[in-house]
Amino acid sequence: MKFYLEVWRQKGPESGGKLEHYEANNIPAEASFLEMLDIVNEDLTAKGIEPIQFDSDCREGICGNCSLTINGVPHGPGRGTTCQLYMRKFRDGQIITIEPFRADSFPVERDLVVNREAYDRIMQAGGFISERAGSAPDANSVPIPKVVADVAMDAAACIGCGACAAACPNGSAMLFVSAKVTHLGLLPQGKPENDRRVLSMVRQMDKEGFGNCSNYYACEAVCPAGIPASFIAGMNRAYSFASIKESVGIPL
Amino acid sequence: MISAPSKTRRGPHPILLWLLSSIGKKTIVALTGICLVLFVTGHLLGNFTIYLGPDWLNAYALHLQSLGPILWVIRLGLLAVVGAHILFTMLLWKENQAARPKKYIASDPIQTTVFARTMRLSGLCVLAFIVFHLAHFTLQIVDPSFKHLETTLDGHQVHDVYRMVVLGFSNLPVSLIYIGGLFLLTLHLSHGIGSLFQTLGFTNRTTRPLIELATKAYAWLLFLGYISIPVSVLTGLVK
Ligand code: HEM
Ligand code: FES
Repeated sequence: MKFYLEVWRQKGPESGGKLEHYEANNIPAEASFLEMLDIVNEDLTAKGIEPIQFDSDCREGICGNCSLTINGVPHGPGRGTTCQLYMRKFRDGQIITIEPFRADSFPVERDLVVNREAYDRIMQAGGFISERAGSAPDANSVPIPKVVADVAMDAAACIGCGACAAACPNGSAMLFVSAKVTHLGLLPQGKPENDRRVLSMVRQMDKEGFGNCSNYYACEAVCPAGIPASFIAGMNRAYSFASIKESVGIPL
Repeated sequence: MISAPSKTRRGPHPILLWLLSSIGKKTIVALTGICLVLFVTGHLLGNFTIYLGPDWLNAYALHLQSLGPILWVIRLGLLAVVGAHILFTMLLWKENQAARPKKYIASDPIQTTVFARTMRLSGLCVLAFIVFHLAHFTLQIVDPSFKHLETTLDGHQVHDVYRMVVLGFSNLPVSLIYIGGLFLLTLHLSHGIGSLFQTLGFTNRTTRPLIELATKAYAWLLFLGYISIPVSVLTGLVK
């Protein structure tokens, strides 16, 4: 297959960037999007042009490291990670525009590589369980209703890739934060710190400069882990209740 | 341990922290939104007295006027609610612009609806419409002759609100302004009402689609209810 690529090239965090035009020739239909870029990069290197920088790690859809906005959609067409997107999804001869994830809190480091440490700092603010819970308990020794376990599992599917904030016209990270708050908050090990967690994580999210949710639901549409935006509703409620408790002096 | 929130530290009061947070600001917009939706609903029900005849509408209007100081409390309350609604949406908007300064060159609306993306535009048009509406029927400065319309109700001389409304809507351009303003309000509400349920945390995966459907139905019912009055006047059903 053949593609006409418009790729964002940018030398460093401070420099301006622009779209450059490249041709991707002889691409097998079963190549993944990242493999297509690998082929293009080999071509560029042979021609003495700097290869296109982009992030990837596991290339099997579990680490959340790959991060490209393809034709305006983070992770491109179809709901999955960029590494799990195959070129057969595109038309032969199609023009494909590739840009970095865009959000003020995800500064571009180079070309298509963005710095997503803001998500790590939100996790450090409360995305954990402080109590040493030991090794995994025996099955069924801590009874958890199936429905609760299912929701916690759905929330735990978040791989923290950043597509939600990148898709949001407001650059809001609420889908990510709500997934973490929901996942940790539903299980007995995480419950005792629910109020502190939601206050701490939301405050860090605001401090990082992420935007506010306008209930556009673009996040939900691109999320490769299928996190539903209703988790944001739950987080809103939890945050306001924790704030009320905090302000009347109920210990958190 | 997740570090304890402000209690042990010096800092702004927790309520202030909440108010200035992303979720706090959204919640204020949603709460003021509820007040406005309730007002818009009540206002429509009051307006429907026009279909019961001149005496009903005039009596209703007289009743509102006779509330005296309470009427002023309601008016100032509404003003504060509208003011807070606009102030907080603009604060949110400013932060949202800063959070996403660079747009995608190949842009794609991804799931977002036009109604959602035009909340600011529809809201500000509604504001302009509210100002016109107040100038027209409340202050009566669009057509000052409205001030002198009088009629008798139970033997008393009262302002003839019924005649004012009929005369007002007999003017086609004025009726079109009303229909246009209400159309924009409907667009605003067809995202807004569902959105407020999400903001306040009353949705889940099952209820959200239902709430969104009910929202659209409610917004369009309000639209039909409101425009029925100018349409009835223009078609001569109410005269
Ligand atoms: C007067 C001028 C108005 C302006 C400028 C305005 C502006 C806005 C904006 C920009 C939003 C979106 C906020 C966001 O999610 O980021 C919004 C939400 C909303 N507005 Fe308005 N609006 C106005 C009047 C009204 C009126 C008259 C009503 C009701 C009758 C109303 C009801 C709502 C509701 C219910 C929401 C949704 C709240 C939420 O998302 O939780 N607005 N408004
Ligand atoms: S590279 Fe790991 S998820 Fe795509």
